[in-house]
Amino acid sequence: MTNLVEIDNLNIRFTGDRTVHAVNDLSLSLGEGEVLGLLGESGSGKSVTLRALMRLLPKRRTQISGSVTVLGQDVLAMDDEALSAFRGQTVSMIFQEPALALDPVYTIGRQIAETVMRHEGKSEREATARALEMLNVVRIPSAKRRLDSYPHEMSGGMRQRAMIALALACKPKILLADEPTTALDATVQIQILLLLRELQREFGMSVIFVTHDIGVAIEICDRVAVMYAGQIVEQGTLRDIVRSPVHPYARGLLASTIHGARRGERLETIPGTPPTLDHAPTSCSFAPRCGLAQPRCSERLPPNVQVAPGRVARCILAAPTVVAT
Amino acid sequence: MTDVAISTDMLEPIADVGGEAQPLLQVKGLTKHFPVRGELFSARKTVRAVDNVSFSVMKGETVGIVGESGCGKSTTARLLMHLMARDAGEIVYDGMQVGRSLSLRELRRGMQMVFQDSYASLNPRLTVEESIAFGPKVHGMADRAARALARELLGKVGLRPETFANRYPHEISGGQRQRVNIARALALSPRLVILDEAVSALDKSVEAQVLNLLADLKREFGLTYLFISHDLNVVRYISDRVLVMYLGEVVELGPVEQVWESPAHPYTRALLAAMPSSDPDNRTEVPSISGDPPNPIDPPPGCRFHTRCPFAEPLCAKDTPSLSDLDTMGHQAACYMAIPGSGHSRAPARARGENAA
Repeated sequence: MTNLVEIDNLNIRFTGDRTVHAVNDLSLSLGEGEVLGLLGESGSGKSVTLRALMRLLPKRRTQISGSVTVLGQDVLAMDDEALSAFRGQTVSMIFQEPALALDPVYTIGRQIAETVMRHEGKSEREATARALEMLNVVRIPSAKRRLDSYPHEMSGGMRQRAMIALALACKPKILLADEPTTALDATVQIQILLLLRELQREFGMSVIFVTHDIGVAIEICDRVAVMYAGQIVEQGTLRDIVRSPVHPYARGLLASTIHGARRGERLETIPGTPPTLDHAPTSCSFAPRCGLAQPRCSERLPPNVQVAPGRVARCILAAPTVVAT
Repeated sequence: MTDVAISTDMLEPIADVGGEAQPLLQVKGLTKHFPVRGELFSARKTVRAVDNVSFSVMKGETVGIVGESGCGKSTTARLLMHLMARDAGEIVYDGMQVGRSLSLRELRRGMQMVFQDSYASLNPRLTVEESIAFGPKVHGMADRAARALARELLGKVGLRPETFANRYPHEISGGQRQRVNIARALALSPRLVILDEAVSALDKSVEAQVLNLLADLKREFGLTYLFISHDLNVVRYISDRVLVMYLGEVVELGPVEQVWESPAHPYTRALLAAMPSSDPDNRTEVPSISGDPPNPIDPPPGCRFHTRCPFAEPLCAKDTPSLSDLDTMGHQAACYMAIPGSGHSRAPARARGENAA
C-alpha cells in the first residue's frame, strides 16, 4: 500500500509568554482511500497535527521539526506559492464551525466557483457549473437556488454541507476533517457522517478525521490513533482499538464513555487531569493518572511497542511482538 | 431532617411542605413566545420557544429533558428559574405558587442552576471561594461562616480547599470550574438543581467524573435534579424519567426505560436512531430522518413534526395531538398514532383490550 501522507517525528512548539509542547515525537501514515481517526480530548494535539499538515499554524509563534511528506512532497519546505497550489487541490480541510469558516459576504456559489477558477483556471461559467454540481453532490435541496444564498441564510446542517462542497470542489486527494459534526444536532450529525462516508468512497479520497467522540469514530474510521498530551499512545484498526484497547489511557477513555452504562452504576473514570504541556515529555505523560504505573514509567519515555501488525502502543506494559523504534 | 455530613452551618433549606407524595415542582401550560422583527411591511413573527409545556418533578427523582437546539429546553430552564418572565403558565414549587405563597427570593434558595459555560457563569474578578460564599452572604450569612461553608463545599465537590479556594476562574480547568459551579449552586441548600447542559462542554473522561460526583451529591444532600442535555447517552444514564421536546413542545415523556425501549413518538424514534453506533461491525446505514430541525419561528401548524414525519397524514397537519397516556406507568406521547381512535390509519383501535400495536 502506498502512503499518501507520511509524518515522522513531528514536534510542534508554540512559543510566546510560555512555551507549549503541543505535539511531541509524532509519527503516522495515511494510506490510499483510508479513513484515519485522530481521537483524543481537548489539548491532546489532534487539531494541531491536522493544521501542521496544511501549514495553517501561525508562522512566527510556531516551531516545527520533523518531516511531513504528502504525495512525496516535503510540506514543511514548501514556499508560499507551492503551498497555495497544494491547499485545496491536494489537501483540503473542513472545520467544526462552518459559520466561521465560510466567508459571510460572498454567496456559497461564488465561494466555490472562486476556488475552482483559482486552482483549475476555469472560466467563471464553468466554475459556476462545477459549484452547482458540487451542491448536488452534497445533496443540498434546490441547489440552483442555494448557489445565491449567503452562509447566514442556511441552517447549520446545510452550511456544513456547503463547506464540504467547497472543500471537495477541486477533487483533493486528501480531506482533513476537524470535528466537522461536533457542533451539529444529533439527527443532523448522522446525516453528515453518512454523507462523508459515501463521498469518501465515491471520490476515493483519503481522510484524516479528528474527533473526541468515539461513537463518531466508529461510524467513519478504518483506523484510529489515540492521542494524549501531544503523543499518539495507541494506533490500530478501529475494531481492535474499540474491542481490545491496550494502552491504559485508551482503555480508560473507552470505559468512561457512557454507551450502555446502566443507571445507578458508577462510571469508570480516569482520575486527575491531563498534564500541562510546558515541558517536552521525558517519561510517560499518562503515568501520574495511570492505575498500572510502575516506577520505571516515570524514568524514561516508554517505547512504541508493536503489539500486532499495524498495532502500536506506547506503553511498557504492552506485550511486544517486535519492538519498533 | 436530612443527615448532611457537613460540619459548617448551612442555610436552612426551604422546609418540605407537602410531604413525599407532593411533586417538588409542577409546571402547567408554560409558554414563552419571543417576537422577532420580520421583513419590512411583512407581519410580525413569533418564535414559539416554549409552548404549553406541562410536567412535574417528584421529590428525589432526576428528570431529563432532551431535544435538539431550538427545541426550548434551555428556555424552559430559564423560565423555571425566573430568569425571564413567562407569557403564561404556572410554576408551583412544593405546592406553593411562586409569587404568592413563595417569594422569588425563597424560590432561588430552593432551586439553583448550573449552566453549560463554566467560565461565563463565574465572576472573573472573584476567587472561587468568594463566588461560592456570595449567595449565602446575600441570604444573610456572616462573611466568616459563608467562607467556611465555601471551603467545606469545595471539599465536597472534590477540590482541595487549600489549593483552590483562592484561585480565580481562569486559573483552573473546565472540569474544575464546573465543580465550582456545582458547589456554588449547593451553597444555598437548594432542594432542586437544574443542570442545563452542565457536562456537555467537558471532555469524556472529565464528564464521567462529574456525573459520578452528581450522583454522590444527590445522595448526600437529598437533591432533586432537572437534567437538560442533548446527549442521549448521558440522559439515559442519569435520569429516572425523561421529557422529549421538539420545537417548543413536549412530544413524549415517561420513565427512561420505557421511552428508550418502546419510543412511541416518531421523533423520539428518529432521535434515538441517530445516535452513533457503538459497534464497528454494525454501523448506521440509513439516516433515521432527513433535513434539519425547522426554524422555531412560525412553526408548522398541527403536529410540529409532521413536515419531517414519515407517517404524516392529512390529520396531522390540521390539529395538534395532545399528550396521551400509553400505559399506567406515566408514559405519554403526543402523536395520533398513539391515540386510540384518533383517525390516523396506524392508530390503535379504540376498544380496550384490543391488540394495540
